[in-house]
Amino acid sequence: MADAPLLAIDNLDAFYGSFQALFGVSLRIEKGETIAIIGANSAGKTTLMKSIVGLVSARAGAIRFKGEDIGGLETHHIAARGIALAPEGRRLFPSLTVEENLLAGGQAKRPGPWSLAKIYELFPVLGERRAQPSTSLSGGQQQMVAISRALMANPDLVLIDELSLGLAPIVIRGIYAALPRVTESGATALIVEQDTGQALAVASRVYCLRGGRVALEGRPAQLTRDAISSAYFGA
Amino acid sequence: MDWLNAVAQGVLIGGLYALFAAGLSLIFGVMRLVNIAHGDLILLAAYVTLAIVAATGLNPLVAIVIASPVMALFGYVLQRVVFNRTLGDDLLPPLLVSFGLSVIIQNSLLMTFSADSRKLDAGLIETASWNVAPGLSLGLLPLLMFGAAIVVIGSLQFMFYRTPLGRALRATSDDPEVARLMGYDNKHLFGIAMALSLAVVAVAGAFLAVRANFAPSDGPARLIFGFESVIIGGLGSLWGTLIGGIILGVAQSLGAMIDPGWQLLAGHLAFLLVLAVRPQGLMPRVEG
Repeated sequence: MADAPLLAIDNLDAFYGSFQALFGVSLRIEKGETIAIIGANSAGKTTLMKSIVGLVSARAGAIRFKGEDIGGLETHHIAARGIALAPEGRRLFPSLTVEENLLAGGQAKRPGPWSLAKIYELFPVLGERRAQPSTSLSGGQQQMVAISRALMANPDLVLIDELSLGLAPIVIRGIYAALPRVTESGATALIVEQDTGQALAVASRVYCLRGGRVALEGRPAQLTRDAISSAYFGA
Repeated sequence: MDWLNAVAQGVLIGGLYALFAAGLSLIFGVMRLVNIAHGDLILLAAYVTLAIVAATGLNPLVAIVIASPVMALFGYVLQRVVFNRTLGDDLLPPLLVSFGLSVIIQNSLLMTFSADSRKLDAGLIETASWNVAPGLSLGLLPLLMFGAAIVVIGSLQFMFYRTPLGRALRATSDDPEVARLMGYDNKHLFGIAMALSLAVVAVAGAFLAVRANFAPSDGPARLIFGFESVIIGGLGSLWGTLIGGIILGVAQSLGAMIDPGWQLLAGHLAFLLVLAVRPQGLMPRVEG
């Protein structure tokens, strides 16, 4: 499986009860890429993230990670294989301190470059506030913890859902400035982002979802503003 | 001095109530499960201790070292095979299943051990006491019960706040879905939590069996004492269960001083008073 993509999703259908949220979604991610998923609200972006990590069961299609079918695996088994998710809304553990949240992320003890020291080097403010309750941090700092908590698992693929949602522009710029360090460490990144400008600036490829389907895919340089607008909002 | 003695005895019996309550509080704190069968599990532990004593001749309080792991193993299997299948967004299924378990345990104990009440003999431990002052006497057994409660609750507190297992249990309690994203196996962790709860229940069951007569139908009353201690102390707070147990014990003891018939009523009144004035309990778990 040396030539298999890091993540390959083929014709994925996902449901919440009887409501179908994804329709035949296919996607490829190669090792080292930074992929952005863009789209309006209810486009299916978060459902796609949850499907990859096993929180939403797919009814049709296949999800293969490093060549292995992970479609039916439980979430903690998928995490152990090297996929980490920083979920939408951060969802830090409120009864845990900043450092305990990070340690919870690294509990699987997968080998890799990320450790508490590396995280505190990437986001020094977290080191200063390591003993504080996680909920006492600002929104931007909480997002740093959420991303760092995912990195502590030393994942091969890190998923970041709604990276900039609810954050001030200056905070968003700070987090995006740290993103190259993540990919340089060997992790491949899949970012869900409503801020199309930010997504196009950092991504090597972009997928645009609309109504649970892939409406557009390509490299940022190849995508025209009209094509993106059309895919985002519909013709 | 009689009143002071009553308070002292109440404080010490509060240790037993705290032991009843600690396992209940732990399970509620980790998985939001109100275990209606908790009192019957305490009785089951008392009968397990009885069986161990009958088979080995050990002192009942020494038999805890066997009863506790036996109950812990039973708890892990019970959680994995029964309760894990009921947990979800709806609180009703685990509540109903624990009620069913309560009925099953009571009837199984009745069939196996009959309805006759039993008591375990711990020898001199039961009768040894110190006259601290004229009219104030402290028994060895109540002191051991209180000491056991402090050791058990202190150990659980240490485990929860100073170990990776405790961190995992708190994370799972906070957000089970995100805990799974971190690689935690919630079903296993819930099994560990139930095992810990029933290990504590074994300690409570042994002290219950030594202190007074017990019968298969006594479980629900133990559940009420445990439940009241948890509510008085504050949901999810381990040290709160000790405070709750002490308040319940002292209220009962003082009630009995006024009139023996008021013993239980005074405890329930103290519980209702706390519920009315401070419904979150005296030491609720602080988050964030």
